[in-house]
Amino acid sequence: MKNIIIPILGLILSLSISSCSNTSSSEENNDNHDHTEMADHNSEGNSETLSSTSQLVDNYLKIKNALVSADREAAASAGEKLAKAATDFDLSSFPEIEQQNGKEILEVIKENAEHIAKSEIEHQIEHFESMDNDFIDLLKISDYDKNLYQQYCPMYNDKKGGTWLSDSEEIKNPLFKSKMLSCGSIKQTIAGQ
Amino acid sequence: MKPQTKITISLLILGLVGIQFIPTKRNRKSVVNDQDFSSVYQVPKNITKLLSSSCYNCHSNQTNYPWYANIQPVGWLLQYHIDKGKKELNFSTFGQLSSRMKNLKIKSMKSQIEDSKMPISSYLYLHPEADLSESEKGELIAYLDSLSAQNAIKD
Repeated sequence: MKNIIIPILGLILSLSISSCSNTSSSEENNDNHDHTEMADHNSEGNSETLSSTSQLVDNYLKIKNALVSADREAAASAGEKLAKAATDFDLSSFPEIEQQNGKEILEVIKENAEHIAKSEIEHQIEHFESMDNDFIDLLKISDYDKNLYQQYCPMYNDKKGGTWLSDSEEIKNPLFKSKMLSCGSIKQTIAGQ
Repeated sequence: MKPQTKITISLLILGLVGIQFIPTKRNRKSVVNDQDFSSVYQVPKNITKLLSSSCYNCHSNQTNYPWYANIQPVGWLLQYHIDKGKKELNFSTFGQLSSRMKNLKIKSMKSQIEDSKMPISSYLYLHPEADLSESEKGELIAYLDSLSAQNAIKD
């Protein structure tokens, strides 16, 4: 019994003392964390191996294939690689006037990839589905030599529809955890250059 | 009681009392700045109310602390959750995000609310008033949808 009473007394004591502390406040400044991180990477120069568009696309397609076979772990590991490739990307490869746009695209790809790296499969799919338009915008300002196909399944998200990119014309739907694999059609072809 | 037990308990109490004196930072800026979500968009009053009661405590620089936040280590635990929450989404600095990132965050907010993942259940346990009813969820989702549509036109 004593063993219980003493800690309780201690708590009460600490309660009464705490009421007069904590008047100080400090302001936080963790805004734009990612911005500075990215800028740092860029200014490190080209000594480190910087990643390229094809690495980004390759890892995107790996996530897609993992989701087609409902493999959460494989999607997560490809997500991690995609996040890293987005962080290490050679921003100087973008045309001068597209630098800011390119940086913003990469930030969003990175954010999605980080969530894919750490989430359950339902959430992975949501972030994966969100990324294809960012990739299409990326490919407008960046070189990639193969054809990609944006594919569309009208059943996704309560029939609001969902899209993704594939390197093959064949439909293998990544949005339904290995079900409804054939739901989809090609919406547009992004020609390699 | 054995002398050893007495010493252990005394040290424990001393420790508990001691940590109350460690200064803790407070997530509370006095003014709402022009980068706040409510400054970036024209947010209707009912939505502002829902956001501030269900989201802003962990996702902004304006936390309303409960009394027990003054007791350590409870206060530290709260701070850890607030830091984590703000890293994902900070309404107070929403205006600093690119429009592409704003769209992604709005989309994520919507799906988190739809799937009832946010407000997080461990938070609701202590703050039942932050729970969103089905109709409140509907209001928020409709509003977030309208923002997505608005942003799509701008792009």
